[in-house]
Amino acid sequence: MRPAGRAETDSLYFTYPHFDPPAERSQLSDPAAVAIVGAGPVGLTAALALAKEGIRSVLLDAKATFNDGSRAICIARQSYHILDRLGAVGPFLEKSLGWTTGRSFYRGRQILEFQMPDSPREKYRPMYNLEQQYIEQFLWDAVAREPLIDARWQSRVTGVEDADAGVLLAVEDPLGGYRLKADWLLAADGARSTVRGLRDLRLKGENFEGRYVIADVQMDHDYPTIRRALFDPDCRRGGTILVHRQPDNIWRIDYQLRDGEDEAEAIREDTVRASVAAVLQEIGYSGAWDLEWWSIYSANTLALDDYRDGRVFFIGDSAHIVPIFGVRGLNNGLADAQNIAWKLARVLQGKAGEALLDSYTPERRGATLDVFVNASKSARFMTPPTAGWQLMRDAALNLALSHPFAGALANPRQMTPYTYEDSPIVQPDDPAFEGGPCPGATLPEARVEECFLSDLLGPGFTLMSFGADLADSLSDLDITFVNLQPASEAAEVLAAEATSAYLVRPDMHIAARWHEVDPDSIRQAFIQSLAGETA
Amino acid sequence: MMTPADLETVYEAMAEQLDAIAPTKRELFLAKLVLLLSNDLADAERVRQCIAEAAGNLDA
Ligand SMILES: Cc1cc2nc3c(=O)[nH]c(=O)nc-3n(C[C@H](O)[C@H](O)[C@H](O)COP(=O)(O)OP(=O)(O)OC[C@H]3O[C@@H](n4cnc5c(N)ncnc54)[C@H](O)[C@@H]3O)c2cc1C
Repeated sequence: MRPAGRAETDSLYFTYPHFDPPAERSQLSDPAAVAIVGAGPVGLTAALALAKEGIRSVLLDAKATFNDGSRAICIARQSYHILDRLGAVGPFLEKSLGWTTGRSFYRGRQILEFQMPDSPREKYRPMYNLEQQYIEQFLWDAVAREPLIDARWQSRVTGVEDADAGVLLAVEDPLGGYRLKADWLLAADGARSTVRGLRDLRLKGENFEGRYVIADVQMDHDYPTIRRALFDPDCRRGGTILVHRQPDNIWRIDYQLRDGEDEAEAIREDTVRASVAAVLQEIGYSGAWDLEWWSIYSANTLALDDYRDGRVFFIGDSAHIVPIFGVRGLNNGLADAQNIAWKLARVLQGKAGEALLDSYTPERRGATLDVFVNASKSARFMTPPTAGWQLMRDAALNLALSHPFAGALANPRQMTPYTYEDSPIVQPDDPAFEGGPCPGATLPEARVEECFLSDLLGPGFTLMSFGADLADSLSDLDITFVNLQPASEAAEVLAAEATSAYLVRPDMHIAARWHEVDPDSIRQAFIQSLAGETA
Repeated sequence: MMTPADLETVYEAMAEQLDAIAPTKRELFLAKLVLLLSNDLADAERVRQCIAEAAGNLDA
């Protein structure tokens, strides 16, 4: 929502583009290998990830511009790696604000300062703040340059039927309606997914009681990019407030509504203005400010039981809704897009068995369930559901005024990438390792001469070894071979000896590792990682 | 194990402290005390046993 007199996309700092429906009509019904419904951040990323693998797609969105408002603003380190691998990270780095520190306050006094894990070994900071319009803009700029993506705006999908080895979509735009046959469909059409409804599927899970108003204001506020959490502040007794800095002097203020507080009343412009003014007073800001945009958000944990339905895959918010304080909604969606894209591309190219696609749900739904566990813990702290949780929360905060150890209970769960331990395509760990990341985890970062370990990854699978020369005996496999120095920083991070090797997937997750490697076991693991037939 | 005399001083200090605290804040005080003692004891398993034991016989 925006202040009276301003249209939905009338922003103080961002010019929304306008996209026309497709003018050239003759090929609209040409069959597509992959159709993607929804050009939000997740659909855009999926189209880019497919194109990077050489796969064409048709990308359909009902709107004539980007999503309104800044919505998701925290992009995590692993998402920057995803964008990096898509060749799209440049403008993100330039515009966004990286951060590592959080501060928590109780009744106006600081009780905790925490650092998210970071070091010179890392190419990217643990978190970056950037308004969602810019996220969509920068992804769109990359999509618009990509000849393999046929993007169609103002194109609403209104029907999905199963067809012979594919689906038949009904599409409507202002110039007419048509049908489109696609071999595979990626449903990236958001929380209110049309495709999910058409397939008769339902999100399942819990609604937490917590409701938050999220408001963006523009002001010259002098405070570093540090996430602030205010517990039980004077201006909102019993509630929790989050304050985040964004580019363009925009500040995100999230405040929790009290039980029984009326929603319609809470989102009226003058109520929002009064609430924001009280928060600004609380944080000691007395200068001028402009209200940019606001919305209301509730802390749900909902997911589909299966992210696949025949030839349809659900990615992003269409598959899962998570509470905002985990900052996983958008980040998990980007990982969904990357995960399905490399798998689908290899199946379409005949390089992988179709069973590879069955690893998508266990890997990505597993990541969502992991968020739910952490989000439920955060939610119980931010929004205590019962008297017992409330008392212990208050006791921890109150004790933290004098004893910093208790402040650690106010630390939000860290956003670490999920480990695909139970995936059907991830190999069991080699027990000979002492330390280092296990199969299913993401590749940790390290400095290698002038660059980073992740910079050495090939476009597909990569084998990292530390002296063992394996390229000759495996040259028929579609693998990039990287030889690293034993006793280097990379070797240390990976707990690797001269005989060790790691097989890394296109999405930077580790497929397998060996303390003492031999070519045959690499061959087997590579084939199994693609759900192929092993000899 | 504490000596009976030591235990008695704790008993007395608690009684006096509880009386000195407004009735509406006693629960908060007790919860803080548990966190503080737990941190000193540094034995989560033992504390959880104590929590269960203290919950027994409340209606006796
Ligand atoms: C008001 C609001 C506030 C939010 N705040 C936060 C926040 O503070 N922090 C956070 O982490 N997350 C937040 N989120 C969530 C975050 O925005 C989402 O996780 C993220 O946008 C998910 O991206 P997506 O691409 O899956 O879906 P969306 O961004 O919802 O994109 C879906 C796209 O599909 C299109 N579409 C829908 N139906 C059809 C159809 N039938 N045919 C064609 N196209 C269709 C839509 O036009 C839209 O462009 C918020 C969301 C909302 C709505």
